[in-house]
Amino acid sequence: MADREPILEVANLVKHFPLTQGILFKRQIGAVKAVDDVSFELYQGETLGIVGESGCGKSTVAKLLMNLEQPTSGTIKYKGDDISKLSSRALRAVRRNIQMVFQDPYTSLNPRMTVGDIIGEPFEIHPDVAPKGDRRKKVRELLDVVGLNPEYINRYPHQFSGGQRQRIGIARGLALNPEIIICDEPVSALDVSVQAQVINLMERLQDEFTLSYVFIAHDLSIVRHISDRVGVMYLGKLAELGTDGEIYDHPTHPYTQALLSAVPQPDPEVRESRERIILAGDVPSPANPPSGCRFRTRCWKAEDRCAQEVPVLAIPERFAKEKGGVAHPSACHFAEERDVVHV
Amino acid sequence: MSIEMTKAEVPGVPLLEVRDLHVEFHTREGAAKAVNGVSYTVDAGETLAVLGESGSGKSVTAQTIMGILDMPPGRITGGEILFRGEDMLKMSEEERQRIRGDKIAMIFQDALSALNPVLSVGYQLGEMFRVHRGMSRKEAKAKAVELMDRVRIPAAKERVNDYPHQFSGGMRQRIMIAMALALEPDVIIADEPTTALDVTVQAQVMDLLAELQRDFEMGLILITHDLGVVADVADKIAVMYAGRIVETAPVHELYKRPAHPYTKGLLESIPRLDHKGKELYAIQGLPPSLTAIPQGCAFNPRCPMAQDVCFTDTPPLAEVLEQDGGPIGGRASACHFWKETIHG
Repeated sequence: MADREPILEVANLVKHFPLTQGILFKRQIGAVKAVDDVSFELYQGETLGIVGESGCGKSTVAKLLMNLEQPTSGTIKYKGDDISKLSSRALRAVRRNIQMVFQDPYTSLNPRMTVGDIIGEPFEIHPDVAPKGDRRKKVRELLDVVGLNPEYINRYPHQFSGGQRQRIGIARGLALNPEIIICDEPVSALDVSVQAQVINLMERLQDEFTLSYVFIAHDLSIVRHISDRVGVMYLGKLAELGTDGEIYDHPTHPYTQALLSAVPQPDPEVRESRERIILAGDVPSPANPPSGCRFRTRCWKAEDRCAQEVPVLAIPERFAKEKGGVAHPSACHFAEERDVVHV
Repeated sequence: MSIEMTKAEVPGVPLLEVRDLHVEFHTREGAAKAVNGVSYTVDAGETLAVLGESGSGKSVTAQTIMGILDMPPGRITGGEILFRGEDMLKMSEEERQRIRGDKIAMIFQDALSALNPVLSVGYQLGEMFRVHRGMSRKEAKAKAVELMDRVRIPAAKERVNDYPHQFSGGMRQRIMIAMALALEPDVIIADEPTTALDVTVQAQVMDLLAELQRDFEMGLILITHDLGVVADVADKIAVMYAGRIVETAPVHELYKRPAHPYTKGLLESIPRLDHKGKELYAIQGLPPSLTAIPQGCAFNPRCPMAQDVCFTDTPPLAEVLEQDGGPIGGRASACHFWKETIHG
């Protein structure tokens, strides 16, 4: 992977939302540190999964990648160009190549537009890449690609089920032949039996169109299934980053271990043989995160050092020479391998 | 605490029994048949998980038991709900009121909308004791603190006067649990109690619920769509599809060898944490509309095993036996081809 150029390069990304007080004379009294120094790369044709609990900043990362929010600091480079510094014309060209699929298929489609208009709308905005001649024909093809009947082109969103609506959202995302699709919890609103259909569709499309996905979700099993690499976020920071095997089979960060052990397993026998780490307390507020390591307030390994030094996301020194999956970036002073999934 | 004596447990009579329940909703497209002949029982100290996707009728059944079904548009068209052998649907409103809250309590999915935002949690918890037990405000508040301690809310004494929005999601769900426990009910119905919570918090809340259920020897009906959550705590499972129970089984049995193609499909379609598969198995198609449930077996349009008989005859929920005809115990499947599904 090292010889390949990343298609998307995120470096030291920070997003703070100011907290203000007063109506006429606004005073900043603090900031919600939604994303705080996050770096990762995305390569062509791969899926990078980002997992974390609510409030960890994963959706803010998605918005920043789409340039829907301006970063407080840090860079997002698409093929070498920093997207937050582009002119609006250049940005438009970049946006064509980065599309998004949203979580809620009920609110992300305009109820007054027909499916044909929804999927065809990207062509209105980007006429330079729109198919010459018959756009409706292209829309019909897209419907067919995502497994919907092309005859449905004149129907309205309410005439479809949740899973079908998510397919419409995916067709819209595909319309401009993008290279990257950012998926923010794309299946969490769907029923179990329909989730599998949509996941399979997304994997098929990735092969067909060599798409790169940033797949944001809270469901660790689904993320493992679809991702090549996985980043675990906690309170605005990446706690651990690695290939799916490194993260799931050789987790070294205590938060990843706790998260993995808490996943309900659909098999009572696995569940009984498995050790469970139950974390105390709740996630602290991102407006006032703990000093040092942000996980220390819930961590069973925390020592004085954790309150003072912020652990950096890097391969822990003592694992640097190890073979196998242990040697991957982990932001913990006391990183240690612990297999919580198997056993 | 002076409570009227609970009726002595009659041997052989289940704590709570739903018998052949039918519920319809009046809609513009005609009658939506939400529940079509559901029967199940819960005993003291037992956890029954009712598993199903949206529209399967799992929540409507629970709402009917609690008597909080919106009528109209809802309508109970048949069946019985027996609490210690007595049919609650035939009782007067007054008699039913005494059972509800006192003997059967419910925990809802969304604690933020289930709690009153303008009253402190202490007041809302205390209300149970003031209304049902006639306690004074002071006594009720002391009880509220005690309960908050019981569900492990840190610094309960200081937090008793806080309002719901000042608590995190997990803490709010604990308050809901405390409220359901307040009057020491015999049965608790928990409708997706952890769906709105994060995984690490979900584990805390499920553990608490399971522990309290053991301590108080309550019957627990756990309604969920999550096969993982069920595996953690349930004793037995009832799988619902289109308003009917399609399979019942003790929890270990169900996961090891499902006896209905729907259950089998569900189990195969969820990605697993401990290994990375290739393509996921996907059940084709969609659940049926409740105004137009297919003839015969409701699962027939999506079933890989469907034969002619499945389109004409509705399969009854029949006992599932071992290959040699011996009993398995507690297992039933509503499939014409359960033998092929479980043994072949």
